Amino acid sequence: MNRRVTVAYLVGLGLLLLAPMFIYPILVMKVLCFALFACAFNLLLGYTGLLSFGHAAFLGTAGYVTGHALKVWELPTLLGLLAGTVAAAGLGWVIGSLAIRRQGIYFAMVTLALAQMVFFFFLQAPFTGGEDGLQGVPRGTLFGLDLADDIKLYYLVVAIFAGSFWLIQRTIHSPFGQILKAIRENEPRAISLGYDVARYKLLAFVLSAGLAGLAGATKTLVFKFATLTDAHWHTSGEVVLMTLLGGMGTVFGPVVGATVIVTLQNELADKVGSLVTVIMGAIFVICVLAFRRGIVGESLALYKRVIGQKPL
Amino acid sequence: MTEIFGVPIQALFGQLMLGLVNGSFYAVLSLGLAVIFGMLNIINFAHGALYMTGAMLAWIGLEYLGIGYWWMLVLAPICVGIIGIAIERLMLQWLYKLDHLYGLLLTFGLALMIEGLFRDLYGVAGQPYSIPEELSGAFNLGFMFLPKYRAWVVVASLSVCLATWYLIEKTRLGAYLRAATENPKLTQAFGINVPLMVMLTYGFGVGLAGFAGVLAAPATQIGPLMGSNLIIIVFAVVVIGGMGSILGSVVTGLGLGIIEGMTKVFWPEASATVVFMIMAVVLMIRPAGLFGREK
Repeated sequence: MNRRVTVAYLVGLGLLLLAPMFIYPILVMKVLCFALFACAFNLLLGYTGLLSFGHAAFLGTAGYVTGHALKVWELPTLLGLLAGTVAAAGLGWVIGSLAIRRQGIYFAMVTLALAQMVFFFFLQAPFTGGEDGLQGVPRGTLFGLDLADDIKLYYLVVAIFAGSFWLIQRTIHSPFGQILKAIRENEPRAISLGYDVARYKLLAFVLSAGLAGLAGATKTLVFKFATLTDAHWHTSGEVVLMTLLGGMGTVFGPVVGATVIVTLQNELADKVGSLVTVIMGAIFVICVLAFRRGIVGESLALYKRVIGQKPL
Repeated sequence: MTEIFGVPIQALFGQLMLGLVNGSFYAVLSLGLAVIFGMLNIINFAHGALYMTGAMLAWIGLEYLGIGYWWMLVLAPICVGIIGIAIERLMLQWLYKLDHLYGLLLTFGLALMIEGLFRDLYGVAGQPYSIPEELSGAFNLGFMFLPKYRAWVVVASLSVCLATWYLIEKTRLGAYLRAATENPKLTQAFGINVPLMVMLTYGFGVGLAGFAGVLAAPATQIGPLMGSNLIIIVFAVVVIGGMGSILGSVVTGLGLGIIEGMTKVFWPEASATVVFMIMAVVLMIRPAGLFGREK
């Protein structure tokens, strides 16, 4: 990370630590889960150039596995989170190895179709509770602290988010991340330079799926239930929207996008009912037509024009 | 009663027929997707939503305006086609120079808008639509009863697919279209209005979706969600068949419909996912799709 990103990261972290004094912690935790989800997705879309339309499968799978591990197997909280993350990464390996056989639009369609298969599996599987979802998941304890207390859980969620965010930044700026960007910019050239592109893509996919899974596992812990909504294709679309709106391929874009979308849904849900979907669709259309760099991307471009230098 | 593999023959042929009906919808929809993709290089995510619009228009026409099935079978596709032309002129045409993925994202947004709008207006519950008089009842084939409407859906869909194939492969207009798909700049240099053809192609493609929607209206529950569930399966069909050939997408659509129908008989739990499983297998064996060419 360069200096400005580090400063922004530390300021953001400081704000997060103080946030529960001013804002309802559950809402912030929800934002953080989706922000992590979007950051994981951005690793794939923004830095590798792969549009996965099935990321909800990883969010949903991890949610169910963590829920099942904590409720039925009565595992300790951290192990439960780990189980969900590993399950999502494993599923990511399976879906990823199939999907990277096709490129571009086909990749998007394949991931969407396979995620729909996962959705139908959860709809029928006995342990998910079908339409009702998996309810009453215990949060457990961590180092003797009872996580049933929202504030204690809040700091765990902040730690998970901050750690994952840092990991994603490290990945992007590592030699591995540079090769991913090379694949995004010019895949045939990366191949001709001797890189095993398929392996890099698969690794990026598994990493992204695992982190999306961590987001889903954490979400289950926060809300104490896992539902089919998390695995539905609408959720896959939502994470695309968050990344697009915030700015794909930018460091903080997905966080901004997730914050805006979750807050918006929270505010609008009671007021406009099913028109929320229409508004989400309209934001999609506007972003694609007029706002392709997203909030962060456009702000950086504006800053660059006004100050006349490269900001970050 | 005769049985095959322990399944009554009546039930077997019934499911086979239902599979053919579903397969016809897959065929018409994947054909529309393929035609649009060939010309615009865009995967039209709104295809399912426009199919649903066709069905809803048929219902609205009967419920509020008293326009019957046969008129709506002509009017609804035209309305959907006009909506499509508006979408192409107002939005899609600005995206041709960009990465193809933006087209997918834009049409996904449109799909959400259309679906949400109908959900807000009419709720999620399905609307009933009765089969027109001429097509109610069934043929007695001796070994089974064949509902007339199901036979009609298959015949009508296949005729439309065949007509589209003829239009594109055998007529002068189709030759222009294929030329414009191959090399738009050169075709334009020969004095053919390519942007106009692109616009009409999108209108025609989504018109096909609208037509399928009206056909589906009496056969299924009409509701705002009917399109999005179908379109994901159709995407899998497109991945399996590849979008290279028209007849290929028709054959793939029908074949998968039949396989799905048979799965309902022999392994009901897997019937929702069988198409996706086949897609996974095809990706492993022949990634370009059964009729596709690796670019």
